[in-house]
Amino acid sequence: MSELMVRPTIERESDRAIAGEAGTIKIQVRNLHLYYGNFHALKGINLDIYANRITAVIGPSGCGKSTFLRCLNRMNDLIEGVRVEGEVLLDGVNIYDSSVDVVTLRRRVGMVFQKPNPFPKSIFDNVAYGPRIHGIKDKRKLQEIVERALKDAGLWDEVKDRLHRSALELSGGQQQRLCIARVLAVEPEVILLDEPASALDPTATLRLEDLLYELKSKYTIVIVTHNMQQAARISDFTAFFLNGELIEVGPTDKIFTRPDDPRTEAYITGRFG
Amino acid sequence: MATVVRKSFEEQLQELQDDLLRMGRFVEGAVAKAMRALINQDVNLANEVIQEDDIADDLDVEIFTKAMKLLALQQPMARDLRIIGTALKIVTDLERIGDHAVDIAKLARILSKHKFFKPLVDIPKLADLALGMVHNSLQAYINRDIELAIQVCREDDKVDELYESLFEELVGYMERDPSLVEQATYLLFVAYFLERVADHATNMAEFVFFAETGRLEQLARSHRSRPEPTP
Repeated sequence: MSELMVRPTIERESDRAIAGEAGTIKIQVRNLHLYYGNFHALKGINLDIYANRITAVIGPSGCGKSTFLRCLNRMNDLIEGVRVEGEVLLDGVNIYDSSVDVVTLRRRVGMVFQKPNPFPKSIFDNVAYGPRIHGIKDKRKLQEIVERALKDAGLWDEVKDRLHRSALELSGGQQQRLCIARVLAVEPEVILLDEPASALDPTATLRLEDLLYELKSKYTIVIVTHNMQQAARISDFTAFFLNGELIEVGPTDKIFTRPDDPRTEAYITGRFG
Repeated sequence: MATVVRKSFEEQLQELQDDLLRMGRFVEGAVAKAMRALINQDVNLANEVIQEDDIADDLDVEIFTKAMKLLALQQPMARDLRIIGTALKIVTDLERIGDHAVDIAKLARILSKHKFFKPLVDIPKLADLALGMVHNSLQAYINRDIELAIQVCREDDKVDELYESLFEELVGYMERDPSLVEQATYLLFVAYFLERVADHATNMAEFVFFAETGRLEQLARSHRSRPEPTP
């Protein structure tokens, strides 16, 4: 690795949220249940997600963490046989109310997936895709949006000379940052990330983590990760899920140094068969 | 659900704790030996303690290196992390206790040339208390015994009281008979080193409490505010 890795997540430990200084609540999850047919996948989840903080959701495969994440912008609506009970309040308004426009909701609460999934289009068109759908046609305006989103996603310097080349020519790490730029282009308030670094190499992973750290000053971030060190490195709060239940949530430093629940302890210390 | 799935890590963690116990028993033995050398005015035994200090120093380096390696390679969390952090703290206390054994052995060498102006009573008593605390704090570490750790911290009050009365007694001797100043000063140093040993045992016990509970607390009731000679 020739370049010096800058890791502000470690340097700025004092910026991390500590209990009592958590700030304002962006999303309140109240008694949330989710069923896939007869399967009870989420069992009465109650969780507050704080604005301008990174909340990490951890837990073993099948614990419901991705299902939970998808509840936060109603992505589960797209799956047949899913039934949701309870409330998810975004700025105090239940996103499951019949009056809520799902397209607007998903603009406000954007999502980045496990595998980078750029459209088979140019870099520019990938980022401009969302704004165009939301009715922006002015070329100059679109250029501004694309440039700002790429800059915020830390990708601008690498792609500014080839905006009209295919996004598929980018490396995996660049593609994932492009997907983040695509989300940023529609000016979301919350960014959901489902295992965003699992397909990336260690260098690209640390770059992505730094990016999330930079982004939290503007956005509320919820990240699902299998990588506990990643959760420990970047998040302010950590929520541990097991068998569809939220076992424990708290400031990340507390969860990783002295969790209250023995099941959390067993999972994070790797004694979980 | 709590099936052990990190066998090699478990073994290395156990090995670290075993090493710590080994070092603990060694320095505990060194202090006891230095005290025997003092009481029996045995120069050979005192020299043995001084020469063997390298063993404690080597164990210190070995344990530190192992703990750092576990931190770097295993990314321990929660209790595992606290166990290793505690090992890093305790190893320093043990190393200091080993140094104090050498300090006492050196004084034993000097005092072997003196005729004691009174039989040693309170100093051996102080040594027994301090060594008991070292022993029990190690026992608490191995057995994850919070109650025993708290008890060790309470014992420190007794040590402090005894040290204080010894201090006054020895100063009293010096005031009454200036020819005793040299020997009384050496004995005062011995008492001071034993009091330090007890303080290190208290630190260790506080970290045993931390390893088990995640809470770092001052468990000893009182804190020293009495005269400390500077060796």
